Amino acid sequence: MLKKNNIGWLFVLISIVGISLFYFYPMIDAFLLSFQSGMGANLEYTGLNNWMRLFDDPTFISALTNTFTYLIVQVPVMIILALVFSVMLNDPTLKFRGFFRTAIFLPAVTSLVAYSVIFKYMFSGNGIVNQFLINLSIVSEPINFLTDSFWARIVIILAITWRWTGYNMIFYLSALQNIDHSIYEAARIDGASTFQQFTKITVPMLKPIILFTTITSTIGTLQLFDEVVNITGGGPGNATITISQYIYNLSFEYTPNFGYAATVSYVIVILVVILSAIQFKVAGDKE
Amino acid sequence: MKKFKRMLVYTFLSIATIISIYPFFWMVVSSTNASVDVTRGRQLPGTHLIENLTNLFDQVNIVTALTNSAIIAVLSTFLTLLIASLAGYGFEMYRSRGKDIAFNVLLLSMMIPFAAIMVPLYRLFGRISHTAPLIGLDTLAAAFLPTITTAFFIFFFRQNTKMFPKDLIEAGRIDGLTELGIFFRIYMPTMKTTYAAAAIIAFMNSWNNFLWPLVVLQSPDKQTIPLLISNLGSSYSPDYGMIMSAITIATLPTALVFFFMQKHFVAGMMGSVKG
Repeated sequence: MLKKNNIGWLFVLISIVGISLFYFYPMIDAFLLSFQSGMGANLEYTGLNNWMRLFDDPTFISALTNTFTYLIVQVPVMIILALVFSVMLNDPTLKFRGFFRTAIFLPAVTSLVAYSVIFKYMFSGNGIVNQFLINLSIVSEPINFLTDSFWARIVIILAITWRWTGYNMIFYLSALQNIDHSIYEAARIDGASTFQQFTKITVPMLKPIILFTTITSTIGTLQLFDEVVNITGGGPGNATITISQYIYNLSFEYTPNFGYAATVSYVIVILVVILSAIQFKVAGDKE
Repeated sequence: MKKFKRMLVYTFLSIATIISIYPFFWMVVSSTNASVDVTRGRQLPGTHLIENLTNLFDQVNIVTALTNSAIIAVLSTFLTLLIASLAGYGFEMYRSRGKDIAFNVLLLSMMIPFAAIMVPLYRLFGRISHTAPLIGLDTLAAAFLPTITTAFFIFFFRQNTKMFPKDLIEAGRIDGLTELGIFFRIYMPTMKTTYAAAAIIAFMNSWNNFLWPLVVLQSPDKQTIPLLISNLGSSYSPDYGMIMSAITIATLPTALVFFFMQKHFVAGMMGSVKG
């Protein structure tokens, strides 16, 4: 008869093989590819050429800048909004709590492609948003949301915020349920304002979950693809292109250059590791 | 003052609600209107739903796309759950030093961004295309195979297995069940709600997946729903009514799952942070 320990290995075997084959092996392959150049399958080792090319590749620099713009603007706005919503909805005396919660969460059930196409149409030149702004006389002429670099980036940021704020809110709401209401009572008696309660009690108590959502949102934003491809296609010019889209274009849109694409993809890996480490360091200063 | 603050909260939440729901409203309303009316900004339901659906079924291969998406989603959900629950159970119930190390190594894969492994995966499937054409490039199998072993779900099942009563296993052994028999006969039925939560998340992930199918599926008869919608969305003279009806159809399954299984849905989502 097999020993218990060995039977245990059988249970986990498929997973170990699958993850090694579909995650770890590709990581090694990508690393080796990043030192090779050539078209399609005709690759040869060219040392650090690909890595040097990164520094004077304008498209890569645009993709990197855009990705960081989304990251720096969108993630904090979304996290703060989600926190505010969750604190408001955590008040047991609030009416229609369930309705508000479901409504704000609802965007999180849509497919990224589906909502992206809807946003594209809503923000098009003669789209519903421009009609609304003109009818309210906020603007006199339609805004070129999708063809102006500045506005195109804003639309992408609005879209992601719409899709993910409710999702993050649910995490905070469930964490808030673990905070004893008497802490707030005590704070009120001591004369703490709502804002002080938020910054001195809520945020510190939710720190682990805020860290978790910040890391997942950061990793998600670094991989941004579906929205940009379907809303702006990366344009106008390369004004909204992301690193993931650039990797896709390098491999499947332009003449395939797998070696350089792998190099660019390693930049995402490096960024994920660095940013996660920084966030851990900043948030976990005491633990 | 308190009343004023209350009003402010309600106003804020109401605006957020309108912004959250409006795109859904517009999507559904537009699917009942002719393309011209959609462009004119019509906000009321119209009478063109049947016409839009007829156009959709005549001009676009939506039935094929729905079928492909359904096949991929069902198979990948089934396999993901089976493989991940076996592993989650194995790692928790047969703990050993070696397995704990292996588990932590597997968890590292959660940090790997998909974009980083997309090109090597494409090459991998390209290479096996000759020897195993059934799972090579441009097959439905290739579209879900890399997604069925994920550390996230192994972690999810392991966390939930911690709550599984160990006495049941001993009872099963005394009854003469094999170790695998205990898993299938006792563990699986007991953990129904865990499976339900995981199934919802796995199904949604698969139904909505875009990038990998875009890379690996080339021929039109292999298209999935997200690929089809992306194509429709980039057409030069879009038939808005028709496209909106396609998007409504694509959104329906996940929306229904959400409304009818909200509790499991949230449980699945939160599974990653528990404990």
